[in-house]
Amino acid sequence: MVERQSPERKPPEHLSPLEPEFHVGSHGNFEHGVEIILTETTPGSIVQLAAWPGEEKKLIAAIRTVTGLALPDGAGGGVSDGVKSVFGFAPGKFTVADEAEGLAAAFAKVVTPAIGTVTDLSHGRTAIRIAGPKAEWVLAKFFAIDFSLPAFPVGAGRSTTHHDVFAQIQRTGADQFDIYVFRSFARSFWKALCHASEEVGYEVQ
Amino acid sequence: MLITCPYCGPRDVIEFTYQGDGNRQRPDPASQNFEAWNAYVYDRLNPAGEHNEIWQHSGGCRAHLRVVRNTLTHEISSVAFVRGDHGSAARRKAEDKA
Ligand SMILES: [Zn+2]
Repeated sequence: MVERQSPERKPPEHLSPLEPEFHVGSHGNFEHGVEIILTETTPGSIVQLAAWPGEEKKLIAAIRTVTGLALPDGAGGGVSDGVKSVFGFAPGKFTVADEAEGLAAAFAKVVTPAIGTVTDLSHGRTAIRIAGPKAEWVLAKFFAIDFSLPAFPVGAGRSTTHHDVFAQIQRTGADQFDIYVFRSFARSFWKALCHASEEVGYEVQ
Repeated sequence: MLITCPYCGPRDVIEFTYQGDGNRQRPDPASQNFEAWNAYVYDRLNPAGEHNEIWQHSGGCRAHLRVVRNTLTHEISSVAFVRGDHGSAARRKAEDKA
């Protein structure tokens, strides 16, 4: 097979699955203003951590050692500093994302086999950010969970599904959510999200 | 029908997968007691009322849950982790529940 060479082609690890449907600019009913901002956050690392029963506190301490982030107590608790993010999505299980690559290797040094497991999902998930005054409203069309701020505080995470597309959602701002979906479903989910945002006007950045 | 997952809170039944009757007692895998195996595979209480069931929150936290469901009304009177308590980090605070 002859490999095609193209000087402007980006390295494969930076190719987005959203690419053919990712159209920067304003769309939909935006004459009265844009109420939704959609973008892809492209973290360098997405890692899932799981603690063996009884080892949860050690895993939470390891998360603090590696990321500097202190997890709040309780189910679905999480925190983000804008560069690194972590949230609980199941009992003793956490998703961690970082703008930089190499998070799985850093955790592998700290999370010993006695504490739990480290799974590198950097190439397996796509992170989509939805922000704006109508973000809660658009997401409420997709997921049957409570998006109000008291029920879903900033930093917290939720795992749920949109039809059969499994999604992990972290609230990273009062009107901002980061959605982690399987990479192979990402383009279809993105198209649905764009379609759902049309009626309030959205901008892709 | 809503099931209140102890980790995720109230969720639609579509997020859950039924894993069978929660009353079954699996015999020792090495056992050759055919009556015990027959009971495990076939015997069901089939109550008209409260029923012990195993559900997995497959579209959420993926935890396996012990659920008591009323087969007449679909009322769910109890939900707990099959694996027992996962510690405070795994529990929703009481005020989080809807
Ligand atoms: Zn759950």
